[in-house]
Amino acid sequence: MTEKINKKEFKKEKIPRMAMPEQDPEKRIRNFNEVTLGYTEEDALREAFRCIQCRNPKCIKGCPVEIDIKSFIKLIKEKKFDEALEKIREKNGLPAMCGRVCPQEDQCEKECILSIKDEPVAIGRLERYVADREMKQVAEGIKECAWSEVTKKCTRGKVAVIGSGPAGLTCGAELARMGYRVTIFEALHKPGGVLVYGIPEFRLPKEVVQKEIDYIKSLGVKIEVNMVIGKILTIDDLFKNGFKAVFISTGAGLPYFMGIPGENLNGVYSANEYLTRSNLMKAYRFPECDTPIVKGLRVAVVGGGNVALDSARTAKRLGAEKVYLIYRRSEKEMPARDEEVEHTREEGIEFKLLASPVEIIGKNGWVDKIRCIKMKLGEPDDSGRRRPLPVEGSEFDIGVDVVIMAIGQGPNPLLTSSVPHLELTKWGNIKADPVNGKTNIEGVFAGGDIVTGAATVILAMGAGKNAAKAMDEYIRTGIWQ
Amino acid sequence: MYRIIKKEKLVENIDRFYLKAPLIAKKSKAGQFVVIRINEEGERIPLTIVDYDRKKGILSIVSMRVGKTTALLSSLNQGDTILDVVGPLGNASEIRNFGRVICVGGGVGVAPILPTARELKKAGNYVISIIGARSKDLLILKEEMGNTSDELYICSDDGSIGYHGFVSGFLKDYLEKNLAGKTDRKTNIARVIAIGPALMMNAVSEVTRPFSIKTIVSLNSIMVDATGMCGACRVEVGGKTKFVCVDGPEFDAHLVNFDLLLSRQKIYCDHEGVCMDLYQHKCKLPE
Repeated sequence: MTEKINKKEFKKEKIPRMAMPEQDPEKRIRNFNEVTLGYTEEDALREAFRCIQCRNPKCIKGCPVEIDIKSFIKLIKEKKFDEALEKIREKNGLPAMCGRVCPQEDQCEKECILSIKDEPVAIGRLERYVADREMKQVAEGIKECAWSEVTKKCTRGKVAVIGSGPAGLTCGAELARMGYRVTIFEALHKPGGVLVYGIPEFRLPKEVVQKEIDYIKSLGVKIEVNMVIGKILTIDDLFKNGFKAVFISTGAGLPYFMGIPGENLNGVYSANEYLTRSNLMKAYRFPECDTPIVKGLRVAVVGGGNVALDSARTAKRLGAEKVYLIYRRSEKEMPARDEEVEHTREEGIEFKLLASPVEIIGKNGWVDKIRCIKMKLGEPDDSGRRRPLPVEGSEFDIGVDVVIMAIGQGPNPLLTSSVPHLELTKWGNIKADPVNGKTNIEGVFAGGDIVTGAATVILAMGAGKNAAKAMDEYIRTGIWQ
Repeated sequence: MYRIIKKEKLVENIDRFYLKAPLIAKKSKAGQFVVIRINEEGERIPLTIVDYDRKKGILSIVSMRVGKTTALLSSLNQGDTILDVVGPLGNASEIRNFGRVICVGGGVGVAPILPTARELKKAGNYVISIIGARSKDLLILKEEMGNTSDELYICSDDGSIGYHGFVSGFLKDYLEKNLAGKTDRKTNIARVIAIGPALMMNAVSEVTRPFSIKTIVSLNSIMVDATGMCGACRVEVGGKTKFVCVDGPEFDAHLVNFDLLLSRQKIYCDHEGVCMDLYQHKCKLPE
């Protein structure tokens, strides 16, 4: 009987998914401001009313940290925005960020029942709305920052987290909530990891990142920057200093190069370097900020993931007249988010699909051309995607002055090489239990990209949460096993 | 925030800073470096660690005024603070009793070679040091180098002190004299370590090559994070790409592609000019 009623309601409420207001492409390629502008209250309410409050919501299972989506959307419908945010924060300490960068289309929204015949509820946009709303109200003085003081008493032992990216921040937050004294050690001069150095301002404003990090600090987490564990202190030192357990979340901070001739010419960047200069060091504001970046007029970006798109869109904003995205497979196989592929196309970046570089040709030590070969798709490889194969004799040149290699990032060996007995995979990732993050060394846990390879913010967060639970159990019981 | 405990003007354009940095001072080893960022708009630059007082927690660095950041650093005084200092980075110098070693320092490079010379002496080596500068009043750390070396030779480009010429020129003469009378055509020098401008290290490398003496240089590439994460500092050593920040900073000189190093050091020449112009315009630095 109830099933019939649900179907009827479903047929009635076919409101189209609320569009996300965006900056016009022509305008936004000249600035680094956020592309997506966020819902208004009206947008958010209308979108929240699309949710049919399923009896057995599938969306929650699609979320790597199991946010109670059904409840928070219900609270939005009731205009209880603060409570909606608290509901999200029960499971996710970084809602303003996740609402922006999570691939919801592969996670919660993919499971949404409306996606069968219609478009799913814009869960991510609603999450972002409530998080941004609080930030705005605090900024305008309408609301007191309820969490600006550290009220939690840290009565349990000391725990160390290495790396202040999403995995480390989340693990630290969870442990602090449980009453541990957490110190997160960060190698760079600003916390956030990829959130500050990797994802550009126009996709994730650093002010938003800072506020989310402030929230985590308000839970009692201490973040020490300029601390390269493995150099200034070893993991042994940490245990000697009284830390009861350590979580390694150093990320995927090793740039991959193709190994083709000409890769060391002036004007060839790894995406890590290009984005770090622009995002972390604010080279897009040069000379107001001192760190320079080569602003090519004709830029080639090699790769097809979100990092490649971020690099291409940054190059456009830095004044490039022509930006080429060179990817060896077809658009269907691109790992980047559909939404970002669309934004990239709108911004006038030219896609050179089914092509791969074979050589970078220089002139006077600088990049002059990139030589590519056309590719065709063969049988699927290990990743399930069709293997690209070069087409004999199909080489072609593109005149460029900057090349950005965005073909992936691997595990940075700086920390791992300082822990001699730590078990690693053949690619240098840390071998850790996928559920509880345990490594082969007692008291040492690991999670995030350093374990899985480059993945998403939310998966790293999930790993951080799970490890926190396991670390708590280990510290309380003393059982390692 | 890292406080400048003391500042010494070594010569007109080179300063020595003593910073309160207990954890870094505790772990530092000769050959390693730190990266500093003076303020919020600042860039990150590497500077070799010159000395460390582990008990007092004080770190010593030397900087030559070449561009905006080093000029800004030069304008700081005792009591001022540097926003970010991270280290110790890079691999430490290889220190063993090699036998007879020659330490060659050119210009501001004398500062980073001092800790290595000290450690080599402590390890039982017979240390011959050759230091040089453009002129007498630009020569730094003569006394300290003299105290730690068994033999000290001084060179100046303009002949105002010591040997008239480059350190590489003096080295060549020294090695040839060392060979004189030896039938096996082998010097008794086990190793040469050279630090200074890239052109100088290249010249030293070419001097020692025909003598087949193992030569170590400390490369001064442009860096950003200096933890192996970006590749800005990449060089070619023995035909393979290496990152100076994590694979170095010291490498076998005879395998280093100095042409590439020199070329990559020029990437931001235009930008550096823009920054310096703006800075001088604002501060009206005396020339």
